[in-house]
Amino acid sequence: MSFVPGKPVTAVVQIIEIQKLRQGDNLILGFSIGGGIDQDPGQNPVSEDKSDMGIYVTRITPGGPAEVADLRVGDKIMQVNGWDMTVVTHDQARKRLTKKNEKVVRLLITRKSL
Amino acid sequence: MDNESQYSGYSYKSSHSRSSRKHRDRRDRHRSKSRDSSSRGDKSVTIQTPGEPLLDAESTRGDDRDDNWGETTTVVTGTSEHSLSNEDLTRVTKDLEESTPLECKRFIGPVLGGCLSFFALITPLAFLVLPQVLWRDVLEPCGTPCEGLYVSLAFKLLVLLISSWALFLRPPRATLPRFFVFRCLLMVLVFLFVASYWLFYGVRVLEPRERDYRGIVEYAASLVDALLFIQYLALVLLEVRHLQPAFCLKVVRSTDGASKFYNVGHLSIQRAAVWVLDRYYSDFSVYNPAVVNLPKSILSKKMTGFKVYSLDESTTNNSTGQSRAMIAAAARRRDNSHNEFYYEEAEMERRIRKRKARLVVAVEEAFTHIKRLHEDEVASSPKHPREVMDPREAAQAIFAPMARAMQKYLRTTRQQAFHSMESILTHLQFCITHNMTPKAFLERYLSPGPTMQYQQQSGRGRQWTLVSEEPVTSGIRQGLVFSLRRLDFSLVVTVTPLPFLRLGEEFIDPKSHKFVMRLQSETSV
Repeated sequence: MSFVPGKPVTAVVQIIEIQKLRQGDNLILGFSIGGGIDQDPGQNPVSEDKSDMGIYVTRITPGGPAEVADLRVGDKIMQVNGWDMTVVTHDQARKRLTKKNEKVVRLLITRKSL
Repeated sequence: MDNESQYSGYSYKSSHSRSSRKHRDRRDRHRSKSRDSSSRGDKSVTIQTPGEPLLDAESTRGDDRDDNWGETTTVVTGTSEHSLSNEDLTRVTKDLEESTPLECKRFIGPVLGGCLSFFALITPLAFLVLPQVLWRDVLEPCGTPCEGLYVSLAFKLLVLLISSWALFLRPPRATLPRFFVFRCLLMVLVFLFVASYWLFYGVRVLEPRERDYRGIVEYAASLVDALLFIQYLALVLLEVRHLQPAFCLKVVRSTDGASKFYNVGHLSIQRAAVWVLDRYYSDFSVYNPAVVNLPKSILSKKMTGFKVYSLDESTTNNSTGQSRAMIAAAARRRDNSHNEFYYEEAEMERRIRKRKARLVVAVEEAFTHIKRLHEDEVASSPKHPREVMDPREAAQAIFAPMARAMQKYLRTTRQQAFHSMESILTHLQFCITHNMTPKAFLERYLSPGPTMQYQQQSGRGRQWTLVSEEPVTSGIRQGLVFSLRRLDFSLVVTVTPLPFLRLGEEFIDPKSHKFVMRLQSETSV
């Protein structure tokens, strides 16, 4: 899903709801993200378009809440709880996913097979 | 030119061995002590007798007692009063060398050169003056062009004079074993030149009484021009040619391996030797014969263990076989001398550090006892009169508390031969005068300085021998090795050429510096 600058991005998305799991003092979701506008998109292992600076799921912890909710490696996250994730830095993405007062995150993800 | 390199020797004062007490005392009285010399290195037992004993009379023998080195027991051997050992003989000849008067041969070269250049400078003036004196009335008058020539002649002579003074009128610093080729060449050239001009002058001007004065003046001017060019040649050959570095010399001292690398240009071997010796005196730390690498107590244990018995009846090739067998057996035997060496070294290190700490503290405390009296300080009340001292007295006053620590430290680091009590006092006085801190005072003793620091200013010079397989006037080239020998050590010099540098070019556009992020971090959420 390469974007043309100046034109809106269209994609087929799927909603995935993940319940955060409490582990000690943290609430975890059970996956790892990579990408961001401050990162080098050419090194993204899971993205298909190597110029895409979006946030991608790079790893899923087996048995974690993300796996239970059917999140897969290589999914690109478009929105988190209504916040846009296509043009964010890596750290902003992390913060939006790990807010302490949210128990549930609703992700809009897109993947090739949709 | 100087064909001999003979000066009176180094003021190395040798220590005494097996000599009678009478001889030793008489010699001591004539000398001022500077340092020990090579006979420490030979296997005989020696008595170390500094000329001015460092503080206590029994320290003459005590410096070895302190350190518990088994091999240097100090014993007076039982020779009679009138015996002379071999070392005495060599020492006597050395004394004779040292006391020869100032070598006159040292000055022959410069004197000759001076005469020649004086002669060369006088010649143009003579060319001008002689016709005036001899046949003035016959000469054609010569107007403005001649005066212009006079002026230019005068200025050129002045330039020649000043540059000769600046370049060549310097006292020579070394006498070389063979002719200095370039200098000889130049002097011969000047001589031939001036001689041929005189010849021409005599034949063409003096004989027929030439009347064209302007021609004579031009002739003299051309001589001065030619002399200027010869001086340019001299400048290039003697001063400039060897400035561009072409070779790298590695200088290694044979006794303790101290080494340095120097870059030199194209020089002859003897000039390179003088160059190296110049640098030796200020770069190399002073040669201390008292510092040995492996104490004899460790080395001697290796060789004493074996007796070889030969059961063969044939006597051919006996000795070599025997020694080879001994060496092989010694090598195979498991020995722990490296262990002992290691522990001895560690112990020595510790001892030096302990004494150094004591010395530093003692000196610091001693320096707090005095302070400088300023001009405007009013003398205190007559109840506590302050004694005003000059630097020498101040130095003597504060020397006493630190003397013992200093003496022990110098003995531990084997430097006691280099510093007599007098020299320490003088140095202390110097430091006090110049407001130096205790640390500045101590820098002279805490590390062995370059050889220059320990020189006495005797005008006799130092004797070095240049040992070389090639004639010493040939230029240095790759792979050459020569050595400079003194009585007890030598410097071995190896020549390697500097590498040829191929310098390439790469242009970087300042706008081409661009960067991207290399990160691809992965965060678990």
